Amino acid sequence: MAAIVVEDIRKSYGDLTAVDGVSFTVAEGEFFGILGPNGAGKTTTLEIVEGLRRPDGGSVRLLGENPFPRNVKLLPRVGVQLQASAFFEKLSAREQLETFAALYGVGPARAREVLDLVGLADKAETREDRLSGGQRQRLSIACALVHDPDVVFLDEPTAALDPQARRNLWDVLRAIQARGKTIVYTTHYLDEAEVLCDRVAIMDSGRVLALDTPAALVRGLDAPVRVVLERGALAAATAAGLPGADEVTEDDQSLTISTRTPAPLLSALAERGTLDGLQVRTATLEDVFLHQTGREYRA
Amino acid sequence: MNSPFKSLSLAMAKGFFREKTTLFFTFVFPLMFLVVFGLLFSDSGTDRIKLGSVGDGPVVAALRETGAVEVERYDTLDAGLAEVRDGDLPGLVEVTGDRVVLHFAASDQARAGTVRGLVQGVTQELNVAASGQPPKFAFAATQVEDSSLKAIQYLTPGILSWGIAISAVFGAALPLVSWRRKQVLRKLRLAPVSTTTVLGSRLLVTITVAIVQAVLFVAVASLPVFGLALSGTWWLSIPVFLLGILAFFSIGMLVGAFCKTEEAASGAANILVLPMSFLSGSFFPIENAPGWLQAVSNILPLRHMNDGMTDFLVRGKGFEALLVPCAVLLGFTLVVSFIASKVFTWEDN
Ligand SMILES: Nc1ncnc2c1ncn2[C@@H]1O[C@H](COP(=O)(O)OP(=O)(O)OP(=O)(O)O)[C@@H](O)[C@H]1O
Ligand SMILES: [Mg+2]
Repeated sequence: MAAIVVEDIRKSYGDLTAVDGVSFTVAEGEFFGILGPNGAGKTTTLEIVEGLRRPDGGSVRLLGENPFPRNVKLLPRVGVQLQASAFFEKLSAREQLETFAALYGVGPARAREVLDLVGLADKAETREDRLSGGQRQRLSIACALVHDPDVVFLDEPTAALDPQARRNLWDVLRAIQARGKTIVYTTHYLDEAEVLCDRVAIMDSGRVLALDTPAALVRGLDAPVRVVLERGALAAATAAGLPGADEVTEDDQSLTISTRTPAPLLSALAERGTLDGLQVRTATLEDVFLHQTGREYRA
Repeated sequence: MNSPFKSLSLAMAKGFFREKTTLFFTFVFPLMFLVVFGLLFSDSGTDRIKLGSVGDGPVVAALRETGAVEVERYDTLDAGLAEVRDGDLPGLVEVTGDRVVLHFAASDQARAGTVRGLVQGVTQELNVAASGQPPKFAFAATQVEDSSLKAIQYLTPGILSWGIAISAVFGAALPLVSWRRKQVLRKLRLAPVSTTTVLGSRLLVTITVAIVQAVLFVAVASLPVFGLALSGTWWLSIPVFLLGILAFFSIGMLVGAFCKTEEAASGAANILVLPMSFLSGSFFPIENAPGWLQAVSNILPLRHMNDGMTDFLVRGKGFEALLVPCAVLLGFTLVVSFIASKVFTWEDN
């Protein structure tokens, strides 16, 4: 059964079209990622699905219900972490969580538990405005999880997290998913999306450009494998003559051979004894992303 | 028992009492007004007329006994006369044996008249007593309770009403604006709590704060230096107090619904409440103002809160005096909160 069905939603702010006909379906228990450059319309899309904004057009079903206007029946089953964290003034981390917990009729014991879950037990008595950026972010995630919702929306939850906290959060999110909960999240870390998400949608300028499992998207790119050697390990001309080598490029640091048949190329390199420092790079979700959204930088 | 209402109220109360600036402006600032005005005006009511004297005798002693004047001795006539000439003394009594001469300054007619009447009266009384005859006309003075009050008696309800008004307006407006800006409003909108719960808990905090303000105020004003005396019907001021908070809380909600930034909200709140406090007689009695100003004053909620608080805290009026202030404040609350609910938006845009 589908947890979320979004059909052709649109939203404009004045002349700016932030969301321009987005459709997707998220199955119950799925981990769904929305990727896209800054300003692509990810947050706006999430806010429409969460019921915070009314779409100009199109329809949303969240757990079979219309989330807008404020649907009190849905609220206890949905957890939202907003891109900008929102806290009560002057309260400690524990007090924030206890307050949010009480809003959902959940007791303080659970607040403790969630604080532990995001690794903030040590900071329980620290006031929210004295937490570090990453700690605030974790508290904000904890607030979204405190009532154990069936559908969790996280808007860039891993932004500002250190590598340890990021991996810890991955474990937390996987554990939530393992209990059958649905997770929809946005991120700019494509490696992370690749390992976490069942499916991802790549958005730009308010439209969905691609939507599939990360593996299928990478396969669809049909990109060559790149074999990278230390510069000087092999002459460029020799490299170009190796079996399977399609293209050779060289820069200050390294020599890169593109190939569609890596096996004969690698055995040829092994015969020559030039495997030291050798790296094999296959296409990643990042390549798909750049291919879809282009490389030019924008506002 | 950890209901949304209870924990929201607790969260807001903590937020309020942990903010030192707010505490200062809520509790200390209005008290400073009370202390300053209280000390400034404390002499005016009891100020007694001074009278100089040169020489001594039964007349001077009798003048002292009346208690109506403060008699100050001068050693020489010239020294005393110099004071009269400078306008520092309204009159100087010169006693040489049985002869009593009053020197007075014509510049201050009213005081000179009072002094003259007094000295003449005392001298004649002594004359009658000296003659051994019973006086033909009996004279007695009794005091009538008048409606004019000692400064502290109108200052306390006035400044207290103003202090409560300002903290109720700010208490409703600022959290609303800052919650909207910091997205707390969105989180509340996403949680299964009703608007009534959110507003109710905020109102509870505001009322608690106002009670603390009132107790503190009355306690300080009752200190011997100021000498506030509460009337027997002071407890009838409670409905006026609560309805006053409601009225200003709803004004605060309107301000919070309109304004998008904290700066705008506190500016708007000040622009509303400060002129209103002058027009409503919070600091100075409004009775002497021109008629049109009084008419303006009569449509202001603070005027009615002021009047109600004064009527019960110090004038000792009865139940029937509840009607007008309560009706006006309630009407105000209903109209303003209705408008606020129409103007209110969850989001900045
Ligand atoms: N409240 C708003 N008012 C006007 N324009 C807005 C508003 N919110 C977003 N926009 C515009 O809509 C577009 C999409 O914004 P959105 O926040 O959805 O992007 P995003 O994909 O979440 O970006 P990011 O990765 O930076 O978070 C942007 O061009 C943005 O400028
Ligand atoms: Mg965003």
